[in-house]
Amino acid sequence: MLNIRWLAATSMAAVFMVSHVNTFAADAGNAVRGKTAYVKNGCWQCHGFVGQGGIAGPKLAPEPLPLAALSAFVRNSRGPMPPYMEAVLPNEELADIHAYLQSIPKAADYKSIPLLNQP
Amino acid sequence: MEHKKSNENAGRRQFLTGVIAAGAATAASSVGTIAPVSAADAPARVPSALPPSAKVAAAETSTPRELARVKGIPGSDFMVDVIKSLDIKYLPSNCASSFRALHESLINYGGNTKPEFLTCMHEESAVAMAHGYFKIAGKPLLTLCHGTVGLQHATMAVYNAWCDRVPVIVVGGNDLDAAYRPPGVPTFHSAQDINAIVRDYTKWDDTPVSLQHFSQSFVRAYKIAMTPPYGPVAISLDAGLQQEPMKDHGAKPYVPRYVPTAPPQGDTGAVKEAARLLAQAQNPVIVVDRAARTAAGVGLLVQLAELLQAKVIDQGGRMNFPKTHYLSSPPTAVNGADVIIGMELSDFWAVVNSFTDNGEHGGIGTNGTRIKPDTKLISISSVELNTKANYQDFQRYQVVDVPMAADAEATLPALIEAVKSAIPNERKAAIAARGEAARKTYAENKARTRQAAALAWDASPISTARLVMETYGQIKDLDWSLVASEGNVSNWPVRLWPMEKYHHWLGRSGGYGVGYGAPASIGAALANRDLGRFSVSIQSDGDLMYAPGVLWTAAKHKIPLLAVMHNNRGYHQEVMHVQRLANFRNRPVNLGGDMGPVGTSIERPDIEYHKLAESMGWWAKGPIKDPAQLGPALKEAIAVVQSGQPALLNVWTQPR
Ligand code: HEC
Repeated sequence: MLNIRWLAATSMAAVFMVSHVNTFAADAGNAVRGKTAYVKNGCWQCHGFVGQGGIAGPKLAPEPLPLAALSAFVRNSRGPMPPYMEAVLPNEELADIHAYLQSIPKAADYKSIPLLNQP
Repeated sequence: MEHKKSNENAGRRQFLTGVIAAGAATAASSVGTIAPVSAADAPARVPSALPPSAKVAAAETSTPRELARVKGIPGSDFMVDVIKSLDIKYLPSNCASSFRALHESLINYGGNTKPEFLTCMHEESAVAMAHGYFKIAGKPLLTLCHGTVGLQHATMAVYNAWCDRVPVIVVGGNDLDAAYRPPGVPTFHSAQDINAIVRDYTKWDDTPVSLQHFSQSFVRAYKIAMTPPYGPVAISLDAGLQQEPMKDHGAKPYVPRYVPTAPPQGDTGAVKEAARLLAQAQNPVIVVDRAARTAAGVGLLVQLAELLQAKVIDQGGRMNFPKTHYLSSPPTAVNGADVIIGMELSDFWAVVNSFTDNGEHGGIGTNGTRIKPDTKLISISSVELNTKANYQDFQRYQVVDVPMAADAEATLPALIEAVKSAIPNERKAAIAARGEAARKTYAENKARTRQAAALAWDASPISTARLVMETYGQIKDLDWSLVASEGNVSNWPVRLWPMEKYHHWLGRSGGYGVGYGAPASIGAALANRDLGRFSVSIQSDGDLMYAPGVLWTAAKHKIPLLAVMHNNRGYHQEVMHVQRLANFRNRPVNLGGDMGPVGTSIERPDIEYHKLAESMGWWAKGPIKDPAQLGPALKEAIAVVQSGQPALLNVWTQPR
């Protein structure tokens, strides 16, 4: 319950501090390595193993934020998501995580899933 | 279990042999009127200071040679008469010597009906079963326990019942007389004041010292427990009082008649002022947590909401408001409100304020407001009549403009009438327009929620949305009741299932003491069994492992329940907490080879919950990791449950 309240209360207040974006290689990360980094760094805990989101964190995939915005958020979050500093999560790993999130296919339209169209 | 030894020569038990009522029934099969035995028949007690003779010592430790040495009408038979007067259907309990006399009377003199003994393997399970049972049946159960070690086991479940405003009658056996009680284990199991351990989270307790005192206290306890705000009560039951025959104090002990107390209604002036504010509001919002105490409460809330075309935020302490209603709204609906009425909220502060656990301010986090500064707040809460000091279930202090110390459901009829009279004709068009806007928002929210549920639909481990919707797909044509949903499946059941009836959703534990889900769902399933309903629970892994013996109780007593596991293989709330703290401190988390931080994962070895359940008489299957296998497994399990047995599916799931 607490989590619902935190989220409901603060999700609107999320501010991307884009001015603090770190500079790192713009090239795409590695999705396979990214999956490992995503698990190792605990992103799955709040966002689900395929970034689907839920009560503890919003969806990250499919169609993740661009790398720069994602990185700005992860480094500077002052809301309900605890920030990850470079010492813990290097830029290369974050780029890999981004590549992993990008590799996640789009979900089906709920209208095509009978179980989601029950009265 | 330690059993006291009969002793014909020593201590206070001695006089029992002298008490004769020739021809007195010793095992009456039906409840009858009991004639008390005269105290004058009893010889004087032997002084306690005398050292035991060899004969006495032998009698204390040996097996009794003959039966029926206790003559007269047992005091505990009279206790059964008192208990039976209250029509208590079940007695979930873990047996204990300190209530052996009452136990014997209940099953032999009382015929093991009303109440029927349900064998439990942990006192916490027994209390939580009573907790779940009440939320379906609307009637409390009795549980007996050792007053010391048993009540110690029971305490967390008593706290949950307290926070969830649920009546449970807890009776603890205790041997008060230090001079005469058996030494050794029974003395370890005795205390001056056993109720002290639960006094902070029970509505009332007592230690009766005579049978008449017992009958008054038991009926009083029942009455207090059943007066809103409901809550648990405790009675300490002296072993001597149970075991000794009835004595004549001049008048025959009687069983007081139980007459329910009418619940407290809101003050007329305050109700009028609340109605005026609501009728004049541009954007009134109704927030409810445990407002509906019965199915009738749901209907009353619908009336009030439609009258005002006001959005309703159901926090889900009970099934307060139909999820299929267009006025059913998410917590964010408070943002634009100018008047908010909260009914039976456990935490009004958190409705209108936010707390963010972001490590700011030296680690304590930040607080913010979620509403406009001039928003008027109204509260109807019976809990204001029953606040204690030690445990902090009253939450942070929130200033309210019109606070009423009253029961919401009892106050709603008067409030509805007052609102009808307070709505001016010229506001009616604006109110209707509000309803139209709400219909549109409701439809948009519904589509958005379903699209969110489609994410990770085919993932393995299985997404919580898929878990919940596969389950619903198989039960939707039954008269279903979701008896517990523990471990947090992102609230998908209340977001996606068309909950309309009071028994569709029972709320949560109240005090968030983990270990509530398994026993409470079995207690609720018992009540549903008697009503011919189908019970389903979402059962988390951590919750089940607190006291899994309750699975055996369900099989033993043929309580049908479909338990669908949300097995995310961890204490996931704590997984996230430790990660959060590590991030605040800028150091990597020590995973110790597991997925979650050391001390939070339940893996390596993975617990085979299906085998655990099977070993206790359940039909079970798992681990199910492939979402395509879930539907067929559910079908099989449901057929078993419909045949009257419990069934469990061990499903590996996403974390939330
Ligand atoms: C302890 C829970 C938690 C963990 C662990 C966590 N997040 Fe988050 N994340 C959140 C929450 C809650 C939000 C919403 C924050 C807000 O609204 O301010 C969020 C938001 C985000 C967002 C912004 C999404 C959007 O569309 O606005 C990104 C990107 C993100 N997280 C990435 C990550 C990555 C990458 C990791 C792992 C390195 C991670 N998170 C780990 C809880 C968490």
